[in-house]
Amino acid sequence: MIINHPLLGPRDSAEFIYLGDAKLIDRPNWQAPTAAKDFYEYAYLRDNPAGWHDELWFHEAGDRSWLVVTRNTLTHEISNVALARDVARLRGRSK
Amino acid sequence: MRYSGFRVIKEALMGHSGWKPIWRTPDPQGHYDYIIIGGGGHGLATAYYLAKEFKQKRIAVLEKGWIGGGNVGRNTTIIRSNYLLDGNEPFYEFSLKLWEGLEQDFNYNAMVSQRGILNLIHTDAQRDAFIRRGNAMILNGSDAEMLTTAQIKKRYPFLNTNDARFPIKGGLAQRRGGTVRHDAVAWGYARGADSRGVDIIQNCEVTGFRIESGKCLGVETSLGFIGATKVGCAVAGSSGRLMSKANMRLPIESHVLQAFVSEGLKPIMPGVVTFGAGHFYCSQSDKGGLVFGGDIDGYNSYAQRGNLPVVEDVCEGGMAIFPALGRARILRMWGGIMDMSMDGSPIIDKTHIDGLYFNGGWCYGGFKATPASGFCFAHLLTNDAPHPKAAAYRFNRFEKGLMIDEKGMGNQPNLH
Repeated sequence: MIINHPLLGPRDSAEFIYLGDAKLIDRPNWQAPTAAKDFYEYAYLRDNPAGWHDELWFHEAGDRSWLVVTRNTLTHEISNVALARDVARLRGRSK
Repeated sequence: MRYSGFRVIKEALMGHSGWKPIWRTPDPQGHYDYIIIGGGGHGLATAYYLAKEFKQKRIAVLEKGWIGGGNVGRNTTIIRSNYLLDGNEPFYEFSLKLWEGLEQDFNYNAMVSQRGILNLIHTDAQRDAFIRRGNAMILNGSDAEMLTTAQIKKRYPFLNTNDARFPIKGGLAQRRGGTVRHDAVAWGYARGADSRGVDIIQNCEVTGFRIESGKCLGVETSLGFIGATKVGCAVAGSSGRLMSKANMRLPIESHVLQAFVSEGLKPIMPGVVTFGAGHFYCSQSDKGGLVFGGDIDGYNSYAQRGNLPVVEDVCEGGMAIFPALGRARILRMWGGIMDMSMDGSPIIDKTHIDGLYFNGGWCYGGFKATPASGFCFAHLLTNDAPHPKAAAYRFNRFEKGLMIDEKGMGNQPNLH
């Protein structure tokens, strides 16, 4: 698989480390009354879809940036790549 | 039809005209006591033990494609019970004991061959860990033996013991481990289940569950609705896809694992050798092909095919420990989809939906578990209580902090 890095252009996926579903960006609020349940679901449960999947890849052998890669789990086709930083900010995170 | 030496001779004399298909092709009935989704090793074993050991009736196995076409036909056929943790080792030892009696039990030649498995040691720390694991195996009634380099050299003279990046300093052997003809496992269980009245319905895809007021009433399929008192799901690899139809999120990611077989060679590899430090393991099939593999590719996939970096990684591992491998050509390679769970261990449990049961999360170790998985799942379906050997394989272990994490990797499925 080739990941089209937003800053560096097309890179071999073997340069990257895979973390998992990009929903991991949305860390639950630890002060919420439901925090214990929220963190259990955050840490252990996954949608695991057959089809398009937003996922976190880390460019370990490159510029060490985190990316959100939109990839099809049935075909391995990649449709979009963004810096995880930009995605997180769009979702209201400060950094 | 029972198989015997006499029968083989008789058929040979009569031009093999008397053999019959070994399972029926029935149309689905409107309602069953038990529906098992998934006609792979685990699903067929479940149906077999439900009918044979637990004396249940009115059972159907629904299979989307043809039986045995998924992971039971894609694995590297190894059986073993060399686990460390209390939640795992008694279960896998139970499974190995079932393997030892399986062919007599279901009267089918599954070519169970206890040729032994050897885990190689390269460092002092690894030796300590394997001695501990061997002791845990012995404490659980299994067999384990530490081998010296000289003993390994005698049995496996072609392994690189001299100048490898990881010099071989010994090994943990389990002599009762070995290999099994994997397709025959599916066929043997299918035949045994069918002869006890189980309906095996192929080309019948489950498209949804009918769930009303928290109770599962049956399944929607490509052949229409089929009602059931209890529905058991045994579709490891596709668990996420199937259980999402019941709006369940699982502690599982689906990953692709590749395997390889070389051209046929004369006997060179008498048992199974694992080279954990180099992410490589190998055995030789009875046809002569070297069967080998390594790590999962490491990203979510349902594609049943992998990518080239892992091919290179596996072959490098093989060349490091077994340089003669470079003279053999790879004949075939393929991928299968693994239910990689959050702690590397499986789940055999009821769901929160009444009448819906789940068996999955087998990671890349489901084949060796087939008999015990079927037995324990049949026990759960019959008695609504877990079998003692599988009592740790519950959904709630993640919430309670009771993970069974052999490798201590945490909730990162691609590292197990």
